[in-house]
Amino acid sequence: MQMRREQVLPALLGFIALLLPTAAFAAIAVPHGNGPAMLTEPTRYAAWLTVAPIVLPIIGSALTLAFRHKIAWQANIAFGAMFLATVSAVFLNIVVLSHGPLLLAAGNWLPPFGIIIAVDVLGALLVLVTCLVGFIGLSYARCDVDHEGASFGFYTFYCLLIAGVCGSFATGDIFNLYVWFEVFLVSSFGMIVFGGERIQMDGAVKYGVLNLIATTIFLIAVGALYGFTGTLNMADIRHVLAETEGAPVVTVGALFVLAFAMKAAAFPLHFWLPASYHTPRIVVGALFAGLLTKVGIYSLMRVMIMLFGDKGTMFLPLIGWVGVATAVLAALGALAQTNLRRLAAFLVISGVGVMMIGIGLDTAEGLTGAIVYAVHSILVMTALFLVIGVVERLTGDADLTIGSNVYARYGLAAGLFLIFGLAVSGLPPFSGFWPKLMLVQASLAGSGALALAGAVGVILSGLLTTIAIGRAWVLVFLRPRDGSENGHVAVGAPRAMAAPLVALAILVVALGLLPTIVIAPAQSGAAGLLDPTVYLQRVQDME
Amino acid sequence: MSTLIFRTVAPYLSALMILFSVFVLLRGHNEPGGGFIGGLIAASAIAIYGIAYGVETVRRAMYIHPNSLAGFGLLIGALSGVAAIFAGEPLFTGLWWIPVVGGVEIPLSTVMTFDIGVYLVVVGSLSSIALTLEETD
Repeated sequence: MQMRREQVLPALLGFIALLLPTAAFAAIAVPHGNGPAMLTEPTRYAAWLTVAPIVLPIIGSALTLAFRHKIAWQANIAFGAMFLATVSAVFLNIVVLSHGPLLLAAGNWLPPFGIIIAVDVLGALLVLVTCLVGFIGLSYARCDVDHEGASFGFYTFYCLLIAGVCGSFATGDIFNLYVWFEVFLVSSFGMIVFGGERIQMDGAVKYGVLNLIATTIFLIAVGALYGFTGTLNMADIRHVLAETEGAPVVTVGALFVLAFAMKAAAFPLHFWLPASYHTPRIVVGALFAGLLTKVGIYSLMRVMIMLFGDKGTMFLPLIGWVGVATAVLAALGALAQTNLRRLAAFLVISGVGVMMIGIGLDTAEGLTGAIVYAVHSILVMTALFLVIGVVERLTGDADLTIGSNVYARYGLAAGLFLIFGLAVSGLPPFSGFWPKLMLVQASLAGSGALALAGAVGVILSGLLTTIAIGRAWVLVFLRPRDGSENGHVAVGAPRAMAAPLVALAILVVALGLLPTIVIAPAQSGAAGLLDPTVYLQRVQDME
Repeated sequence: MSTLIFRTVAPYLSALMILFSVFVLLRGHNEPGGGFIGGLIAASAIAIYGIAYGVETVRRAMYIHPNSLAGFGLLIGALSGVAAIFAGEPLFTGLWWIPVVGGVEIPLSTVMTFDIGVYLVVVGSLSSIALTLEETD
């Protein structure tokens, strides 16, 4: 294929941009020490790995915005930025796994007054999965988003969203966490109205109002926390909270739980999610479903377990019971849906419930299960939405009231849907099996009503999810079309769309067959949350 | 809003405000001012010019699309932060270079370039909003 003239320069730029940092990162990952014991201390440049997955997408979004009239460049720039971010996230994981938490004091303003970026094993793992999903989603978006979309600024918002989510996972400052929430919230507003249809505006208003309320509650909680602890640095907050007693701790804790539960779409604050996730462009819905609720879950873990320490345990039973209700009721909700996207949206919420059960168990095993489930959920929810998008493109609609006979006509799409659907249900050999098994085991190891309810909740939600997926499979994929059309036109799906989906399917199966690649870092991440001595020591050394 | 008085005053007023915004931007490091407030002043200047002469004229006069301006601003801001890597310092550490030209010290720094980036982001995004609102009138 002959390359068009306007593609040569961006391709060249991308190539150069690729070479330089890869060489730089290689130099960081292998410090030039003397002797075999060279992996003792990371170089000071290694700290830059903590911000690379944030800064690179921001530079990408700045470039796409600055060259907004060069439509052909947009996807390439975003692609380059996301690729580099993913590479740096891989190196970040290597360094964090071997050296422990990595810190960077922005502007050399030291903690507890300056803002620090602090990535521990949990943060690094989630940053990597975010970048990976962002990169894969981008290869799908490339086929799905046309020139008009690119000129509207789709890629700008896309990069900014990834930067915001990575920033949330990487920061070591609670107010900075709020700022990253705002960053991805603003870009998600931009993405959700993308297309400008009436129904999208409707979804955007519901999404926007509820999320703004949640973010405001979060801000109020941060303000109150600052009021009585006098610090915003996470490590410092833990020290102060350990010595604080009384009402303020309970009040602020409750506000945090409320704000993050709302963000994570936990029952009974879940209603905004199915009302808005089925309206935007499918790749937008996929990204939201994969990433945004998980930021809420991550914040819940970080704040209630690491920051509040012993004081946080009083909220854990509440989180656990809410999780049980969310997991079961959302799965029931999924059974009642007639639209595939809405069905998938309810499955997202059900997964949130499962993770909250893991947090609520108050054991290292439960927390590990929740972290593994978060990784699985990010991958599989994005994949499920994307495959539904392909089905919609192929058949014109994805409605359970009209048969589409997808299985007979488009075998690959049907097969991929089945893989992702069964992975969500938690059946082996897919990625969902292990975290659910771990959570059930962790529940049964505990005692009390919550432990029992947790095990029942995980298993019951899995069963209901399997039924919901089976129902969708029979009604959409097997049933032949009965003649009734609802006006949507099949646009077809380019061959290139299969690549990101197959990549996700490989990841999902790989995590099912080799679960230790996630379980090992998740265990270390959970241990780091429950006993952050190394993290606190690193911050103290910096001061 | 196209009265004779307004149309006569608007160009001078806008020019003066943009000049003042640059002044506010540059004094910002040690005294009240800075990129954000400077950007707001410049965006109001652009809005005033738009009210007097219409959106098309402003767009022609700006030459660069406001969104691109914001993009370049974000780029300058991000690169000012990243520049610290060449000094071996953490992200966003201020680097200073103070040349003496004819006996006068001119303090240049990445702090200033970051502020210029903020200025451009604010000018770009706010004038983009203002012009879109004026367009639909």
